[in-house]
This record gives sequence, structure tokens and C-alpha cells, in this order.
Amino acid sequence: MELFFNPFDNLVCILLGISFTVWFTLLLVFIIVPAIFGVSFGIRRLYMKTLLKIFEWATLRIERGAKEKNHPLYKPYSNAIIAKEPTSLEEEIKEIRRSGSNRDLDSAPEFEMSDIFYFARRGVESIMDDEVTKRFSAEELESWNLLTRSNNNFHYISLRLTVLWGLGLLIRYGFLLPLRVTLAFTGVGLLVVLTSVVGLLPNGRIKNFLSEKVHLMCYRICVRALTAIITYHDSENKPKNGGICVANHTSPIDVIILASDGCYAMVGQIHGGLIGVIQRSMVKACPHVWFERSEVKDRHLVAKRLSDHIEDKTKLPILIFPEGTCINNTSVMMFKKGSFEIGATVYPVAIKYDPRFGDAFWNSSKFGMVNYLLRMMSSWAIVCSVWYLPPMSREEGEDAVQFANRVKAAIARQGGLVDLLWDGGLKRGKVKDTFKEEQQKLYSKMLVGTQEDRSRS
Amino acid sequence: MGSSNSSVNNIPNAQELMQETGFSAAHILRLHERFEFLDKHKCGQLRPQDFGAVQELALNPIGDSIISAFFSPGQETVDFASFVRILAHFRPTDRNQSRDGAQQEPANSSIRKLKFAFQMYDQDRDGKISRAELLQVLRAMLGIQVTEEQLQSIAERAIQEADLDRDDAISFDEFRKSLEKVDIDHKMSIRFLR
Repeated sequence: MELFFNPFDNLVCILLGISFTVWFTLLLVFIIVPAIFGVSFGIRRLYMKTLLKIFEWATLRIERGAKEKNHPLYKPYSNAIIAKEPTSLEEEIKEIRRSGSNRDLDSAPEFEMSDIFYFARRGVESIMDDEVTKRFSAEELESWNLLTRSNNNFHYISLRLTVLWGLGLLIRYGFLLPLRVTLAFTGVGLLVVLTSVVGLLPNGRIKNFLSEKVHLMCYRICVRALTAIITYHDSENKPKNGGICVANHTSPIDVIILASDGCYAMVGQIHGGLIGVIQRSMVKACPHVWFERSEVKDRHLVAKRLSDHIEDKTKLPILIFPEGTCINNTSVMMFKKGSFEIGATVYPVAIKYDPRFGDAFWNSSKFGMVNYLLRMMSSWAIVCSVWYLPPMSREEGEDAVQFANRVKAAIARQGGLVDLLWDGGLKRGKVKDTFKEEQQKLYSKMLVGTQEDRSRS
Repeated sequence: MGSSNSSVNNIPNAQELMQETGFSAAHILRLHERFEFLDKHKCGQLRPQDFGAVQELALNPIGDSIISAFFSPGQETVDFASFVRILAHFRPTDRNQSRDGAQQEPANSSIRKLKFAFQMYDQDRDGKISRAELLQVLRAMLGIQVTEEQLQSIAERAIQEADLDRDDAISFDEFRKSLEKVDIDHKMSIRFLR
């Protein structure tokens, strides 16, 4: 019996050994070495094109299947149930009154009982579909990308499609996921080790140079760990030392995407656990701005540390996400004014993910971080575009809030996102009374005029 | 959203609701999603506080009145069917509607829309808009932007114009008469997408 198993065992061992070696060589040659030098073989782009063709085919099959069974397809791309009129309060109320009375409307418009129609309608519209909560759920797709998590018409699939889906599942979880997890561990491990090593050097040009190279290399490996296919536009506007880089926030991956193309000083709270380890070793190689939990509440302290960092022109540009929370990448919400008060040059960056390949939005109320990362790593790919916008500074007579809104509008325009004035923090909190006052001001202006008008008459 | 099997058949009484309210299957599905979104505790019923999740409603001057329109007097919760029935008031009126005497008044008729608007003023549902109720609504719509005197004079004028039987309150009939010429169908309707 023993004699029988031995050669068999040997064979299995040899085979395993060979496959591991091949595996790691491939990994090294095709992924890690290019990451170190920042070159690309173009494999990922080819992969992307192939996937797109398959998705188109899959969607057509579903539509055909649904038509055959004569069922109405649940159309995901009519994201809204209602169409909202983009008219203002004033226009609407005037219209209501015009139809209701024969009075001359140019004389001071006064209160009409029908004014309530406008408010009632707007209120009910918002119950059915409101702008804010829509931004906090994942964007709905037109085509199906072979992930069950993004499909609502699952029961219309034919056999061929099911096979394809099964194959996709196998590839994603059996091949891609382990590959990516390996890469991720490699990337993070290298980051921690190498930054600690670089941290041992005395401060100076060599240290900065090496730290830059190390950071870039490790982030590039992480990018490949997510199979992120990123297109950078307008790189001549890349943030420079002494500036603040501002971007819209969709997921924690944003950091990796930006940091793999340039070096930034990160800002954030020190965490415990693995992230804390990474943070502490990163700061050895080059100065990042990490805050203790207690310091985060103190706005003056935060502002002071940030401005100190900026004053020093040898330090890297700061990377900040002013929305303060993750938005689903269809819009840009209110920017918190803190980073705009410091007075440095602001380099806006717009990040737009292509949802066809995998939804990058982190719905923190639905998924924890680990769950989210696993979902990311088992998607097909993460495709996104990054636009570096020309630098902006605060102008004369502009306060921090106006400046923040100006930057926000520029980012929204470039990324093709909707510019909303809502505060992302509202997804958890209550509306501030100032917003209500705005509405009241608008309406009262119609009825009784503003304070100036009254004092004039 | 996600991998849940979305079908109208999963919603109880969907067909009846569609008949009654005139909403299509797709609409009912969407509204059900919305209902489930607002129903954070997953108990199948909504409470007044659940509507607080709608940010735009919080800054609507008559937001509270709208919310209470969903709850019948004495009721503290509203289920999906009632939710949809109230929303049905805002469907555009069907022009070529011919109804026989036995049929119930459709949810989106002009009268129903008017009744909804009336309810916004008449908070205690006693069938009359008293001076105090009118003042309350005006105060909500105007906030601190106007003085107390201006508020009183606006309310006075409104009551004088509409109150025909001089009982210092506006009944539903008086309300309806004063809004005879207003295009209610258009102004109290929401455009639903197919």
C-alpha cells in the first residue's frame, strides 16, 4: 500500500510545486514588476473590452427572454417614478393664481388659498422620490454585468445565460479573488515594511525620493489588486506641494486611485488594528497628518495643523474629501468648508466610476469594510476616470462657503455629476433650520416684499 | 435594489390596488420600494417619524400637515395600501372617465384633490378652516419673515374673501367655490413616468 501511494504522492507534490512556481512567476512578471516601474502591458484594457461585449450580449438575451414570456421588464434605468418640474416657487404660484383669478397680477400679489397646492404637491413629490436619499443607494444599471447583485430580472435568464453566469462566478471567485487577495496582501505588506525601512534614513532628498517611489509602487500593486482600470486626464494640473487636493468621495478606494498617480499627504483619524499599523509606518517615511480621536473635534487644532503642513513647501499636497461621507457617484453633495478656510491653493479632482463593471459605492449602512472589500475584489473590474482640474484660489470678497460651492460646481461639471446643495451628513442627521428659512424667505418675498421694499415705501 | 426578486406578485393586494388607484404595476413596485425604504424597522407599517427620513419634506412649510394626511384620526400607523391610496390623489385626472353612479369616486378626481388641499388647512378635521388654523398655516409658510400684524391682515383678507356665510370659518364648499377657476387637475397632479 505504501509503495503504491509514494510515487503518486511525489507526482502530486511535483505538480503542485510547478504550478505554484508558474503562478508566482506570472504574478511577478505581469503584475508586480510593471507596478514597480509604472508601465502597463495593456492586459487590463483588453479584458475590459472583452467584458463589455459579453455584457451587451447578456442584456440582449434577458430582454429577448422577457419579451418571449410576455412579462413587463422591470426597467431599472427609469430611476425616477415621477418627473419633477424644474420651475421655481415664484413661477408656480403665479401660474396657479393666473388660472384662478381675473385680478391684475402685476399689483402686489397677495396670499391666495390656492398657494397651498404648490407646497402640497412638492411635499408629496418628495415623499415619492427625493434627491437626497436617491444619492445614497447604489446606481441602477441598464445592462447586466453578470453579477447577481445588480440584476433584478434574474428569473428571465435562459440556460445559455445561466451557464455564462456560472462560468463568470467560477472565474471571479475561483481565480480572480484569490489572485487579488494575494496581491493586496503583497501590496500592503510591502508598504508597511518598506516605509519603515525608508523611515530609518535621515531626513533629506534621498529619503523623500525613496519614500515617493515606495508609496507609488505599493499603491500600484493595490490598484492591480482591485483590477482598477484608471484613465487620468489633464495630468498637467496635478497637485503641487503646499496645496490641497480636493475630490468627490465614493468609496475608500478613491485614496488608492489618486495615490497611485501622485504622492499625497493623507489626513485622517488614527485607527487601531491593521489600518493603524499601516498609518503609523506610512508616517515614518513622509509626513502625513494623522489625528488622535480626541483632536478631531477641535476645529482650530485641525485647521492649525493643516495650515502648518501647507506652509512647509517641502511637504506633499494634502488630500481631503470635503463631502465627509461616501456618495453614490451620481452627484456631489455639500462640501464642508473647513478645508477651504485655510487659504491654500485648491486643486480639484473629479473621480467618476464606470458602473458597468462593478459598483464602487460603499454603502456604509449596508456593508462593513471587509464585506465591501470582498465585493470589490470579486467584481469584474473597477473602471474609473480621474480628471485633474486647474487650481483654484479663494477670490476677494468670497467666503469659504462660496469658494467651496464654486469648487464643487467645477468638479460636478467635469465628472458629469449632479451638483446638489444638500449636506451628505444629512443622511444620518436632521435638516438644519436654515434651509427651512430659505423657503420661507422665498415665499414671503412674493407676498410682502423684502425688508428693503417695505422700508422704502 | 440588489438581488431581491422584484415582482408585483410579492406585494399583497397588488392587483386590487392597481384597480382602485389606477397605478401601473411598475409604479406599485416603485412605491413599494419607497415604502420599504421609509419603513426602517421593517414592520410593514409607517409611523409619522419614519417620514422624517425624507429631507425635502422636513423643510416644506406644511410638511407636518402632509404627513398627518396619511394617518386617519386615531391611527398611529399606516400600511402600504393606505400609503398608496393617499398618493393616488396626485395622479393626473383621466380625461375620458365615464363612471356609472355605482362606482366610487376615483382617487384622483378634482374633488378628492381639493379635499386633500382642504385637509392641509383644516388640521383638526372638523370640516372648517378656523381663523386660528389659517394663521397657523400662514405662520408655517412665512416663518419669521413677516410681522404678527402682517400675518393677521393676510388671514383677515383671505377669510373675508372666501367666507360667504360669515361664520368666521371656511367650510369645504366655500373653499371649493373660491377655487372654482383654478386648474386643480393640473396643479395638484404629479407627472408619473411610464
